[in-house]
Amino acid sequence: MPEVRIRKIATQIEEVFHEFGPAPDRPLKRGAVMAVIANPFAGRYVADIQPFMEDLKPLGLSMARRLLADLGGDPKAIEGYGKGAIIGSEGELEHGALWHAPGGYSMREVLGAPMAIVPSTKKVGGVGARLDVPVTHIDASYVRSHFDSMEVGLNDSPRAAELMYVLVMTTGARIHSRSGGLSAVDITGKDGLR
Amino acid sequence: MSAQIRKIAVWVEETHTEMGRPIQPPTRKAVAVAVIANPFAGRYVEDLTPLMDIGAELGALLGARCVAALRIEPGQAESYGKAAMVGENGELEHAAAILHPKLGAPLREAVESGAALVPSSKKMGGPGQDLDVPLGHKDAAYVRSHFDGIEVRLNDAPRANEIMVAVAITDSGRPLPRVGGLTHAEAVGKDGLR
Repeated sequence: MPEVRIRKIATQIEEVFHEFGPAPDRPLKRGAVMAVIANPFAGRYVADIQPFMEDLKPLGLSMARRLLADLGGDPKAIEGYGKGAIIGSEGELEHGALWHAPGGYSMREVLGAPMAIVPSTKKVGGVGARLDVPVTHIDASYVRSHFDSMEVGLNDSPRAAELMYVLVMTTGARIHSRSGGLSAVDITGKDGLR
Repeated sequence: MSAQIRKIAVWVEETHTEMGRPIQPPTRKAVAVAVIANPFAGRYVEDLTPLMDIGAELGALLGARCVAALRIEPGQAESYGKAAMVGENGELEHAAAILHPKLGAPLREAVESGAALVPSSKKMGGPGQDLDVPLGHKDAAYVRSHFDGIEVRLNDAPRANEIMVAVAITDSGRPLPRVGGLTHAEAVGKDGLR
């Protein structure tokens, strides 16, 4: 199978101290890691693309580890996650879907096997395209305080024959979260939902 | 007056290949942004000294954040730059007060030296707007391989009463530089130019 050819790795870390309300003791951190790689299927229809998911696993793991390190290194500090893909214009949306397994499982492996599905989004886009990556609680998808998102993008990516794969982690609830619903302290964490 | 910081964000980019050619070691750039309250939003204030002091504070803070994000020793930094984007209730002169009088000295401390002018740009803008931070060699402004820039953007900043302040630092020049001129190896670094 094709090797994973990386052109660029980029990270983006945000610390939010307040949003005009009372500042919490601990700022919220959101982090993203982006890998820009060659799309081995660019410009043609390839029926059997699934083996590339295996090839992506080491990349996913190294990205998850790097992101965790940039957020302080403690897996217990991570409370939300999400993932996404932007496919350059010579690729197809389905190439973005290859990220589901390696992207999701790499974060789960690094974070001690949390229960909740990793929310995701994907699109075909050109250089400079922005992607709003959805974020939810790692153990219980319905935790309302942790519904969040992070905008990512790179001015030179993805080029037409490239793929950009993204992982996002956060360290807590939205700043000043106060919209009710299931709270993180009330979850059972058994089914990944509540 | 110290800066009222709402948010800090740090990006790191590594370029591993360009046009199919490996970049070994990868070129690396970091840029750190602070989103601060503009103490003079909505009114004309003659004396901008408080913003100059904020510039000094942010030169140290953001310079240190970039060096930490690159995981380098201060002396390994090769180029730098700075920029500011002022929300709509401020004036361009607020960016000048932050960037020019006092930001440079602590930034140079953060990278151990810095005989060269810190290249800069400034503009008015709103949330989600791009800010291009120019980059130049820290000790010899004519080093041609290190003329570069890095784009930053935050979807939620700057709000009308805020200022976004950016400092960028690299440990390398452009990938595959080949337009001649003074090189990093040839630079003397005493007069800030050559």
